[in-house]
Amino acid sequence: MFYRENGQFKTTYQSDQQIFAIPQDRWAILAIVAVAFIGVPLLVDEYLLRAILIPFLILSLAALGVNILVGYCGQITLGAGASMAVGAYAAYNFLIRVDGMPALAAILLGGLAAALAGIVFGAPSLRVRGLYLAVATLAAQFFWDWAFLRIKWFTNNASSGSVSVADINLLGWTISTPTDKYLFCLGILVVFSLMAKNLVRGSIGRQWMAIRDMDVAATVIGIRPMYAKLSAFAVSSFYVGVAGALWGFVHLGSWEPAAFSIDRSFQLLFMVIIGGMGAISGSFFGAAFIVVLPTFLNQVLGLLGGLFGLEVSVALVSHIEVTVFGALIVFFLIVEPHGIARLWSTGREKLRLWPFPH
Amino acid sequence: MSFFLETLLGGLMSGMLYSLVALGFVLIYKASGVFNFAQGAMVLFAALSMARFSEWIPLWLGMEDNLFLANLLAIAVSVVVMFAVAWLIERLVLRHLVNQEGATLLMATLGIGYFLDGIGQTVFGSDIYKIDVGMPKEPVTVLESVFEGGILINKEDFVAAFIAAMLVLALTIFFQKTATGRALRAVADDHQAAQSIGIPLGRIWVIVWCVAGITALVAGIIWGSKLGAQFSLSTVALRALPVVILGGLTSVPGAIIGGLIIGVGEKLSEVFLGPYVGGGIEIWFAYMLALVFLLFRPQGLFGEKIIDRV
Repeated sequence: MFYRENGQFKTTYQSDQQIFAIPQDRWAILAIVAVAFIGVPLLVDEYLLRAILIPFLILSLAALGVNILVGYCGQITLGAGASMAVGAYAAYNFLIRVDGMPALAAILLGGLAAALAGIVFGAPSLRVRGLYLAVATLAAQFFWDWAFLRIKWFTNNASSGSVSVADINLLGWTISTPTDKYLFCLGILVVFSLMAKNLVRGSIGRQWMAIRDMDVAATVIGIRPMYAKLSAFAVSSFYVGVAGALWGFVHLGSWEPAAFSIDRSFQLLFMVIIGGMGAISGSFFGAAFIVVLPTFLNQVLGLLGGLFGLEVSVALVSHIEVTVFGALIVFFLIVEPHGIARLWSTGREKLRLWPFPH
Repeated sequence: MSFFLETLLGGLMSGMLYSLVALGFVLIYKASGVFNFAQGAMVLFAALSMARFSEWIPLWLGMEDNLFLANLLAIAVSVVVMFAVAWLIERLVLRHLVNQEGATLLMATLGIGYFLDGIGQTVFGSDIYKIDVGMPKEPVTVLESVFEGGILINKEDFVAAFIAAMLVLALTIFFQKTATGRALRAVADDHQAAQSIGIPLGRIWVIVWCVAGITALVAGIIWGSKLGAQFSLSTVALRALPVVILGGLTSVPGAIIGGLIIGVGEKLSEVFLGPYVGGGIEIWFAYMLALVFLLFRPQGLFGEKIIDRV
């Protein structure tokens, strides 16, 4: 009824090629962004910001990066956690080793360092494919885990092995309260999402998709696999690296290598697959699902325990949480193997015909 | 020299142990094309079940003194448990995910892994439990006549390696000589062709997962009696992954040879290279080693050649 495109004629190429060609979509997205920027900081309390919304924003950014590589270029990676670690530690080193380095520049340089590392560890993708590649990317994960734990230079010889960063100062704006942090991350996420959307619908994105769909055929029609694959690794690692730097600088403040362990890599891949491979919106859905689920389960289990008057130990709750998490993941994969983004687009198709489906 | 040989032997032994876990991966990948990330969780689950039942059964039956019988019964119960797990996985998960992409299946097995990790520790508890199947613990010295001081060998490792070798032999005979084994190989070659000549796909998958469950149990018992049945057992699978890709995802002998190469490489690198770079390098060195091999043979040492068709 409201979501109809009848009568909307496009008369220029520009209007035909917009990101959101339907005005309803455009307004809806603008409204969501406006609410996120203005409404949320006014309405939401600090706990929710710190525990859910900030992790959600940062992990969405990381999932966006992983989605570029896995969803658009078809190269499965299990080393995303390592890219986050490289981003975080490189940003940290830029910040403390270069005098007067602005924090935002350090974060972006951290992303660049992660991109370089991504190119090096993505190089095997030129020879190795599929599951072999997935396992090969684990090499990066374990190597960087080891490097940040054992090579003292990276952590500035910190005796405890953990590093910490003071509050970020951005052109006189000190980012210290959860609301500030939320707005900072949201700003970065919006800019990066827009960039990602434009990348994947541009020439380079189409090359990635051609490689994903059939790399031999793509090579035959003149796409350079080396350039396409390595650029996907670089862009993806840049995104994930920036997310890692944000995770360390903004969310954690002080961190150790365990913050970017292999579980993080699995988590990011889960987000992409549950959210929807090859869909920008899928990264957000997946991140929301994976971030909210443990908190939700925790609350529900606590409630249930209270309801039946059982004394549920913390360890037991965490085991049951893991169990239910695993079961839900399998359930989601069975119900909708193409991810929540697909559910969303089916829903949208239904909405177009509503209330008179024929 | 004797130190070098000792390290080498130690590497070969631990390599056999990796092969045990790697075998589970290969079996399932061969027959269903699923890369089973839950193998580590299965090892943990089997080890926990073995440890706890060998503790509970004597209590229930009131025969605390007969360790042998208790272990035997615990193994029997654990086998039944692993069969049930295999059946449930096929029934509840795989059946619904036929023809999905590799990445989706991979994630599904990761989900199964989380589930097994969680439920295993919910049901069986999350402490460190000991598995005592009477493995000899004391090290022995051999070849004293050849080298000064001889070579120190861990008897436990030796027994474990022997059991692993036996298991591989049994599996090879099962795959090559029995009707079920032939059916398994047919399914591995071509699902549709196998189905068209009347091989029941569902049952074959249950069998494969059962066999993988048994390998997990053997690995769980051996690793568990070495390290204790505890959560860290499920990370053993991560140590076995380079073995699988080095040997080739589809090759049983590959899992063995790969395991030996990785085991030796790990130990030698740790002992001779580790001190220069700060130690603890064995885990990533194994992956790097596998990666170097992969650059020359992308399908692993013994894997089937990958043929691309446009």
